[in-house]
Amino acid sequence: MYTISNRLKTFSIILIVLGILGVAYGFMTSHKSLEEVKTMLAEDHSVHGADFVPLTQEHVVRGVENDDDNFHRSGAYDATADVDDMDLETEGMIMDSTAMESSEVHSDNESSGTDVQEHSQTEDAHGMVGEHGEGNQDTHAVHVQEQLAKRPWSALYVAAFFFMMIALGALAFYAINIAAQAGWSPLLMRVMEGITAYLLPGAIIVVVIALGSHYIGHHNEIFIWMNPEVVADDELIQNKSSYLNIPWFVIRAAIFIGGWCTYRYFARKFSIAQDNAEAGDIRNFKKSFRIAAGFLVFFIYTESIMSWDWIMSVDPHWFSTLFGWYVLASMLVSGITVIAMVTIYLKSKGLLPMVNDSHIHDLAKFMFGFSIFWAYLWFSQFMLIWYANIPEEVVYFITRIEDYNLLFFGMLVLNFVFPFLILMNSEYKRIPWFVVMSGVLILVGHYIDVFVMIMPATVGDQWFIGIPEIGSVLLFGGLFMLVVFTSLTKAPLTPKGNPFIKESEHFHY
Amino acid sequence: MEDSSKVIHAIYTDDDLLMAAVKKVRAERYHIEEIYTPFPVHGLDKAMGLAPTRLAITSFIYGTIGLIVSVVMMNYIMIEDWPQDIGGKPSFSYIENMPAFVPIMFELTVFFAAHLMVITFYLRSKIWPFKKAENPDTRTTDDHFLMEISAGQNVDAQFDMLRNTGAVEVTLIDKAH
Repeated sequence: MYTISNRLKTFSIILIVLGILGVAYGFMTSHKSLEEVKTMLAEDHSVHGADFVPLTQEHVVRGVENDDDNFHRSGAYDATADVDDMDLETEGMIMDSTAMESSEVHSDNESSGTDVQEHSQTEDAHGMVGEHGEGNQDTHAVHVQEQLAKRPWSALYVAAFFFMMIALGALAFYAINIAAQAGWSPLLMRVMEGITAYLLPGAIIVVVIALGSHYIGHHNEIFIWMNPEVVADDELIQNKSSYLNIPWFVIRAAIFIGGWCTYRYFARKFSIAQDNAEAGDIRNFKKSFRIAAGFLVFFIYTESIMSWDWIMSVDPHWFSTLFGWYVLASMLVSGITVIAMVTIYLKSKGLLPMVNDSHIHDLAKFMFGFSIFWAYLWFSQFMLIWYANIPEEVVYFITRIEDYNLLFFGMLVLNFVFPFLILMNSEYKRIPWFVVMSGVLILVGHYIDVFVMIMPATVGDQWFIGIPEIGSVLLFGGLFMLVVFTSLTKAPLTPKGNPFIKESEHFHY
Repeated sequence: MEDSSKVIHAIYTDDDLLMAAVKKVRAERYHIEEIYTPFPVHGLDKAMGLAPTRLAITSFIYGTIGLIVSVVMMNYIMIEDWPQDIGGKPSFSYIENMPAFVPIMFELTVFFAAHLMVITFYLRSKIWPFKKAENPDTRTTDDHFLMEISAGQNVDAQFDMLRNTGAVEVTLIDKAH
């Protein structure tokens, strides 16, 4: 039997406490008054102002050239020298004034720019479609104010979803291994069962955060379709409101979580019952095989719908048909990565003596394969939309490329290029620290993946990976570790009664 | 080196026996020239002490070449030589239009990696359509396993040793033509 070490326990509790502090800080600093937001925007633009001087200069020069023509037309005298003087003078003068003006010009440009990009979110939210000038400025500030208020909620949601997704991916992988009667993996079954223990609290937390962002605070919904004021002005969301409404959202979430956790409960029960069964009695194994097959059918439907509900509906104006599989790939690869990392950790403590480097090799192969599968789906989604360039679909990627450029393409390097190159070599897949290193890259990459799926719809260009985001990751990371390792202490780490256990013990590749 | 053209053929009917025999022969420090089997025997290469294949490394290099070929080709054709506006696709630089080239980049990478690796395999294994088959005993294509070791000074001792490993037939062959 494994007992959770005190150091690990303390460590995860420290993470949770630090996380709570970070999240609390995020909430305390996120609610700004309209005036504060306006000052912030003005300061922001005066910093950016320097960038805009060359642009305005161009305008000035063009203006001076016109003047130049006028002078020639007037034909009073040879004005070359004077024009040169003029040039300098006007340029200096206008530069002075534009240094101040540019902030305004810029903010106007930007607000209209974001309005277009954000697919009229601002306008819908405030019913100021036709208004310009001062009204537009205010709308922009209100919009930014809402984005800032949404930031700690979104940070919490991204981290909560990320860890929930690891547990769910591990559960799906576990069910696949049972249904496929895999001969190599039974030694790792307890590790997988331990990781899936986080699914129930994790999934409930995700739904609670989604609803909490609506019921707590004002105008900080992660899902704008939950905001009745937005829906009132938005015919597109109105047409989807028979699907996107809070009661039905909660019922669906209850069905998903209920189904997954029921499977998890019985799979775990049969697995432990099989341990205690008499030799040759494999009734429990057969039962777990049957429910695994049933669960996989249920899972592929609910996972797909879950991805629409919990992720895609942050952008209720946008849809993509392969989104569910894309989320599935992300889920599976991070689940398998965590299985590999926990296995390596427990093995390094001498708790999994029968696990050899061929098991690690197999897990690393799955990490490699699913990383490529993820990249394939990422690219299929991106390329089809980029190629057809239909405005209603392509806004999704325009906001991401413009506001999240580094993250959007950086995660492709982390999730595809690095695993592809690092885990290609057969020898490297057997070296634990190599697998852990690429696992860390993959996990960071998939956190960013979830981040880039959620954040552009909630905080837009006001994103930053700061205290609220890191605090949320620490909070749920600590909780995840605590739940997973506590669950690992509840049963022997090596299952006894599994008919494939001998094969798994002698597995070598 | 008067005996260098003489070899001993030991024939086995079971791959487990063959594996045990290979280990024994290597422990006795005789040189195994070749082994003929009707199907791949798992672990035989390790037992014989053969160096691991480098075919996968060549394949990686060929794949890289394929990727470079596709990038250079599409860059020259679509961006440099005649950058037309085709359906509004941006042809100002390679990176701007890259998503449209990825299917080609992928396929050419796989094409080069696969085909050149297969050809490398043929060359290294010396296989071609009108190649004369090198088969000392036709039964090895069906259900017999043949180990060929070079005959040393004391052929009788070698014979005894091989019979003890379970060989059904042991013969001395003069390969000189």
